[in-house]
Amino acid sequence: MGEGTTKNDGFFTKIIDKWRGRVENFKGMSGKDRWKTAKGLLLDNAMIIIIFLAIIVIAILRPRFISAASIINIISLTAARLPIALGIGGAIVLTGTDISAGRAVGLTACIAALLLQSQGYMGKMFPSLAPLPPFLALLIVMAVGALIGLVNGFFVARFKLHPFIVTLSTQLILFGTVLLYLQIGNNGGQTLSGLDSRYIDFVTAPLFRISGIAVPRYVLFSVIITAIIWVIWNKTVFGKNMFAVGSNEAAANVSGVNVFLTIIGVFVLAGITYGITGFIEGARIASSASYTGQNYESDAIAACVIGGVSFVGGTGKVGGVVIGVLLLQIIFVGLNFLSVDQNMLYIIKGLIILLACAVDMRKYLKKR
Amino acid sequence: MTEPLSRTPSSKHGGTLLKMTGMTKSFPGVRALDDVSLEIRAGEVHALMGENGAGKSTLMKCLFGVYKPDGGQILLDGREVSFRSPKEALLGGVAMVHQELEQAGKMTVADNIWLGRFPRVKGFLPIVSDGEARRRSAELFASLGINISPTARVESLGVGERQLLEIAKAVSYGAKIIVFDEPTSSLTEKEAAILFSIIERLKADGCGIIYISHKMSEILKISDRVTVMRDGRHIATEERARLTTEKIIKLMVGRELTERYPRLDEPTGEVLLSVENLSAVGTRLKNATLSVRAGEILGIGGLDGSGRTELFECIFGLSKRASGHILLNGREMENRNPREAIKNGFALLTEERRVDGIFGILDLTDNTTVSSLRDYLRGPLLSSAKMREKTRSYIDALKIKTPSEGTKIRSLSGGNQQKVILSRWLLTKPRVLLLDEPTRGIDVGAKYDIYLLMKELAAAGCAILMISSEMSELIGASHRVAVMSAGRIAGEIKSSEATQEGIMTLAAKYL
Repeated sequence: MGEGTTKNDGFFTKIIDKWRGRVENFKGMSGKDRWKTAKGLLLDNAMIIIIFLAIIVIAILRPRFISAASIINIISLTAARLPIALGIGGAIVLTGTDISAGRAVGLTACIAALLLQSQGYMGKMFPSLAPLPPFLALLIVMAVGALIGLVNGFFVARFKLHPFIVTLSTQLILFGTVLLYLQIGNNGGQTLSGLDSRYIDFVTAPLFRISGIAVPRYVLFSVIITAIIWVIWNKTVFGKNMFAVGSNEAAANVSGVNVFLTIIGVFVLAGITYGITGFIEGARIASSASYTGQNYESDAIAACVIGGVSFVGGTGKVGGVVIGVLLLQIIFVGLNFLSVDQNMLYIIKGLIILLACAVDMRKYLKKR
Repeated sequence: MTEPLSRTPSSKHGGTLLKMTGMTKSFPGVRALDDVSLEIRAGEVHALMGENGAGKSTLMKCLFGVYKPDGGQILLDGREVSFRSPKEALLGGVAMVHQELEQAGKMTVADNIWLGRFPRVKGFLPIVSDGEARRRSAELFASLGINISPTARVESLGVGERQLLEIAKAVSYGAKIIVFDEPTSSLTEKEAAILFSIIERLKADGCGIIYISHKMSEILKISDRVTVMRDGRHIATEERARLTTEKIIKLMVGRELTERYPRLDEPTGEVLLSVENLSAVGTRLKNATLSVRAGEILGIGGLDGSGRTELFECIFGLSKRASGHILLNGREMENRNPREAIKNGFALLTEERRVDGIFGILDLTDNTTVSSLRDYLRGPLLSSAKMREKTRSYIDALKIKTPSEGTKIRSLSGGNQQKVILSRWLLTKPRVLLLDEPTRGIDVGAKYDIYLLMKELAAAGCAILMISSEMSELIGASHRVAVMSAGRIAGEIKSSEATQEGIMTLAAKYL
């Protein structure tokens, strides 16, 4: 513990020193330069500033927004969306993207639901199929996600295709697969519900309660996954290689990095996170259908960009993604509190992505 | 401005057309230009000479607005100008014929000439006239004595033809000042003759020509005056009649060659690396054979495009081998990809640092350790502390100037970036170092550090191969020089007996 404190002290003094230096610098500037620096600082942090202003405004207009129930709701939603965002984050570090993610979540949610429909439920897809143990089902959907990632990664790495075009194709293929899948057995295109209570409990049972409001178990899942991804990104050879390939693929190749396997690894890891997200969403929403997971990738990409994972490549932090997802969910919940039209939300999401990317790019352009 | 061949230089022959005075430009850690002046008269060919890194291209980039000079004044026809881009310079009457061709390969010759100012149907409709473009191109070529079809696709032309196309394009803009950057390096003798006749014609029209070249014979043949630069400074401007090859070299180099390079010990080791009949798929590399002893530094000379880089890439497994053997200590090395090559004890310092050397956005630690990550594993996980410590030790050993090991590499100067990449390779404990232009674009102090490091590595038993386009470096920093020509090894000379002329003769052997 003592060591931890000194480490933290060093960390804070470093930050304080940095800011002290900046303030000194600022004092020494002429009026024009001061304005320019201040403007740059505002623009560079525009997203965060806008979101914080929004939080304050919403909190004033709707005080219930900052009640315990609301905060736990925001945390739960953040936890549900974190794994997929971390997966896509890796693809963005490689200067790529993955727009098949939402459909992959949809497919894996439906698969999890099928495997875990309760015995004796009337509309059961395969009446003779007994529900599996939830943990086994989780492993299966993770494997399905990994397979989707393997296909994406293989086409990107082997044929040097842009991830956008590869994942656009797999997105369509996955959607078609979900639609056909929902037709088979007794299901006839219905949503998959009537889930085994063990599955629902496994994912959503209360972890603990804060002033009577339950924190669901998937928050813990999310914390574990985030920790694992942090270790992979920062403490493994694979993680270092991922950032090297994202920063400069040609240099990585010359330096002896296995570019092919690194790209495939990033997409497989992403696919696994989609499987986990699908598993969580299957139980959280408790009725999976063809539209499950729709547009999840756009939320995840927006979260990454807000959190500083740049399309320039080679840069991004797990902590940034967590903050990005959290801020985005705060905005969505806040807008709900203000009773903003659901359709309006799409427009706002689009604007957020556009603005976040423009602000991010500005940081790299000016350094030429 | 859109009419072709409308050249109306206002100055009379012999009058000053372009005057650059007090040009100054600094980059982090390097003073690239230091109070340089250059005056070009109407109707003259003005040769600009100097070693790589002397500041010639920086001066030209300041003229064309690629760089913004820190100080200085540019007068064109007596008026002060400050172009913000090559495009603006072109419209202002200053054109450059580039060494690296930037052409739209899939489009036709005519398209490339009139790109951005295509002749319109009837002059006002927003519809372009292909016929008019072709007619004007044909006219232009006829007036210059060039024989290229305006409808040919650019990618189907030879390098020489493409170069002539580029020259015709510059002429078509009615440029008053035309800069030629190593124009004959990819031309055949016949094409070079056409070029020289075009230059004569431009001279007669009162244009000012800035001619950048390393070829002494050419300079002495076609130029009227010669300006020599060194280390970012203007050294001398002389009438051609008063110059000889020896005099120019002395001005360019400025001091005795031996002082700039550490004295090398004679290699005593056995042959460590031998390359036999190496050819690579899809490149000009053909049947290259050479051997290097442990402790020996072999310089690789030759012109740009002579296959030197391709030789390194083939040895290192970056390109596919068509035939031949690579033997290390007599043992056959497959080297099918860089990973295998690194495992076998090879290291490659690439020519284009920014393109395939540095990870600009990553810090020094990541840049240093990327090729030896497995050395820092503690169990399954990497130890950041170990990685930083190793990086710090190399920062000290190689005197890398940086605030810390956590600094992003792109904020360092070229010389320090190069040292970081060298550290990366030293950490893989290589036995054969392939160094492609290791000191290009690096300030003099850092250059000496790198020569010293090469000497120490050789002394420790490494075999070093060094490509260099800088003649004095090629001779001064190696034991022996192998010269390549058109993808083949044209011959070898002991450095102590090598001369610039001898090397140039070999470089031209198969051209």
